[in-house]
Amino acid sequence: MNDEIQTILSNYHSDRTRLMDMLWDVQLQQGYISDEAVSSLAKDLKISNDDVRETLTFYHFFHDKPFGKHKVYLCDTTIAKMSGYDEVRDALSNEIGTAFNSVDETSTFGLGDANCIGLSDQEPAMMVDNVVFTKLTPNKVKDIISDLKSGKTAENIANPKNINSKELAYVENMVDANIKTESQVLFKANRDYKSILQTCLDKHIPEEVIEEITLANLRGRGGAGFPTGMKWKFGREAEGAEKYIICNADEGEPGTFKDRVLLSHSPKDVLLGMIAAAYAVGSRHGIIYLRAEYWYLKDFLQQQIQDFRDEGLLGKNILGSKLEFDIRIQMGAGAYVCGDETALIESCEGKRGTPRVKPPYPINQGYLGMPTSVNNVETLAAASYIIEKGGDWYEEMGTDDSTGTRLLSVSGDCENPGIYEIEWGTTLNEVLEMIGAKDAKAVQISGPAGDTLSVKLDGEREFCYSDLSCNGSLMVFNQSRDLLNVVRDFEKFFVEESCGICVPCRAGGVDLLHKMERFIDGRGCQQDIEEITTWSKLLKGTSRCGLGTAAPNPILATLEKFPEIYQEKLVEQKGPLLPSFDMDDALSAHELAYKKLTQEEA
Amino acid sequence: MSIKVTIDGKEVSARDGDNIIDVAAENGVYIPSLCYVKGKPCLGTCRTCSVKVNGNVMAACTIPVAEGMEIEVNEPEVTDMRKALVELLFSEGNHNCPSCEKSGRCELQATGYEVDMMVSRFPYRFTPRVVDHSSKTIFLQRDRCIFCQRCVDMIRDEKTGEKIFSIKGRGTHARIEIDTDLANEMSPQQVREASDLCPVGCIIDSTQGYDDPIGKRKFEVKTIRDRALERTHR
Repeated sequence: MNDEIQTILSNYHSDRTRLMDMLWDVQLQQGYISDEAVSSLAKDLKISNDDVRETLTFYHFFHDKPFGKHKVYLCDTTIAKMSGYDEVRDALSNEIGTAFNSVDETSTFGLGDANCIGLSDQEPAMMVDNVVFTKLTPNKVKDIISDLKSGKTAENIANPKNINSKELAYVENMVDANIKTESQVLFKANRDYKSILQTCLDKHIPEEVIEEITLANLRGRGGAGFPTGMKWKFGREAEGAEKYIICNADEGEPGTFKDRVLLSHSPKDVLLGMIAAAYAVGSRHGIIYLRAEYWYLKDFLQQQIQDFRDEGLLGKNILGSKLEFDIRIQMGAGAYVCGDETALIESCEGKRGTPRVKPPYPINQGYLGMPTSVNNVETLAAASYIIEKGGDWYEEMGTDDSTGTRLLSVSGDCENPGIYEIEWGTTLNEVLEMIGAKDAKAVQISGPAGDTLSVKLDGEREFCYSDLSCNGSLMVFNQSRDLLNVVRDFEKFFVEESCGICVPCRAGGVDLLHKMERFIDGRGCQQDIEEITTWSKLLKGTSRCGLGTAAPNPILATLEKFPEIYQEKLVEQKGPLLPSFDMDDALSAHELAYKKLTQEEA
Repeated sequence: MSIKVTIDGKEVSARDGDNIIDVAAENGVYIPSLCYVKGKPCLGTCRTCSVKVNGNVMAACTIPVAEGMEIEVNEPEVTDMRKALVELLFSEGNHNCPSCEKSGRCELQATGYEVDMMVSRFPYRFTPRVVDHSSKTIFLQRDRCIFCQRCVDMIRDEKTGEKIFSIKGRGTHARIEIDTDLANEMSPQQVREASDLCPVGCIIDSTQGYDDPIGKRKFEVKTIRDRALERTHR
């Protein structure tokens, strides 16, 4: 066992920053990460066992105790619940013979929940040993589990033709791309990457690349909308022995899956965008932080990187120039908070994904303390077109403050869920028409962290940074959906994904969730509405990172747009006690304790 | 370099780059905090130092002052936010002040008095927490832990530099762990240092009990506010 770990350590040159990769390798080889493995890693890396455990216990998909030979995670998002999730959940539990969040008696299966795994267009979906299965039905589940019991691997079941995992066919066999629109900017076929880059390097000095991106007015597609040209300019000006370009492919916001499709169907656009960023900023090292939920893209992406190396687009003296740049893939391990750029950097360094205190900002002090430009997958893909066709060309599309196009990941109650490329400035009603959402009541944009729109009130609003600033997630809810349950699911998500470092998010999030449960149970009164509003403001104001500040958004937005869903559930307060106070329940605790004590004495 | 900022409308001068807590204290304005320790790197975990900076709520320990910055400390909305955060800590953990060895020396308790807290507005959660008595030198009373991370970041084994305290799990499942072997090697001075550094009664020096009589305890002799101001007052 120790030999295996020594090999793993030497594969990563005993580099502490690669702890995430080492933990993955240990778990893939040994099933879980034992105390013995922790000690071996710690000893060699010259850190304490607890340092290793700090990282290990932070991530959802790492296990420090056995979690079955096959690790099964069913995605439990609100979208899954609208698509036959309950039946699939029961079937899984029955077929495996164990409850969720436990291991079956034979230690064959570990069964758990997962938050959004980036497949909202084909739910219910699950991961089994890093392989995904989509559009599940109870029968499909039955077959999969029985195959696993008979000794097949998840890989065999999902890929019976044994397609090479480096090929696109492998990815397409596992998940549908669901690209629903003709290309406007992104997803252009047959691009000549070599000549695009050659022209760019010949024609432009780095400052001019930054100028083109600035002229294009490209803004970060991860959601915050920070001007990309400005970020690269700061990166160029920042001082550091090394500089880093990180592609944020930790697409964790529930409901988005556009990066999944960009990485599978236009991976070289993204790589070219990274090379452009490296040239502009002056960086030699790139990292793609790929969420573990997209494990099926890993070998494929690695091959794309290798293609670029073989063609001279990555490595030393790129296309005969002085430019040197290479890219590695960093796998995540299940933590939504790592979408925050500083948490992501911590994770790349092999640590817990805790957001850092800002300032300093990553563009000055990021990965290993060096200037780091963290850019979203879609931002980088768009940048690859801007360096080809110019900032002027890009700037003409969209609106004054939002240029170009935006990918929407559409899911929920509509006829055609999938990927849509829209020009900024498109209205909500136009999008609903496009996707075939006939009976829509509410639309959640930018995931739980975003905004809840009322189709009636917001239909004519435009997608743009000054109005509907959308990070790409768009979930549709029709008239029959109970929005209180949706909000409750969103709050549960924030509680589960809070890193726990700051008080308002860690402790306050739980109180918001409890309040939502109180409304749903019909025990809420006017005072609860007032409290949930002020507590929401507390989280928004005082939390350390975007997770905590966004956590109350679903509540505040629905209180504003759909106050009736709360009002309908409210009860009158009679007498001095709140309706949520259950006298019998409160007194039963004393009785139970009394019984227990007297039994113990006897 | 000296710059000018305003605190609650009053213009004061400050050294560029100092954080807001220190600048405020130097000018006689107390901002509560449960994780910040002057002279140590900022942790930014407890958020009880939240103030308004140019109208936005920010944690004072994390923000270096800049020319012309308008800082509001005793503004009603943010004052209530600080109070709410202290209350949130009381309802999240299990804090039985009268029976706690740290009572009178506890920063959370003292801060509760400073923010005029009477009772927590949040429902008490009575979360079961496991107490760790495996070390000879330190009792880890997790009921009282507020996850400030002072111990994780600031206490190291004197020989190896390794962490003695660490954090396990995430979110509501996070808990502080102690390396029993390393803890047993701690000198009495270091144990006392760790216990004093803990803002609550989580890290308890196993040799220390209810040593000072009521009325003569640390924060009764001098309040946490006076101590904070005195530490930095020019």
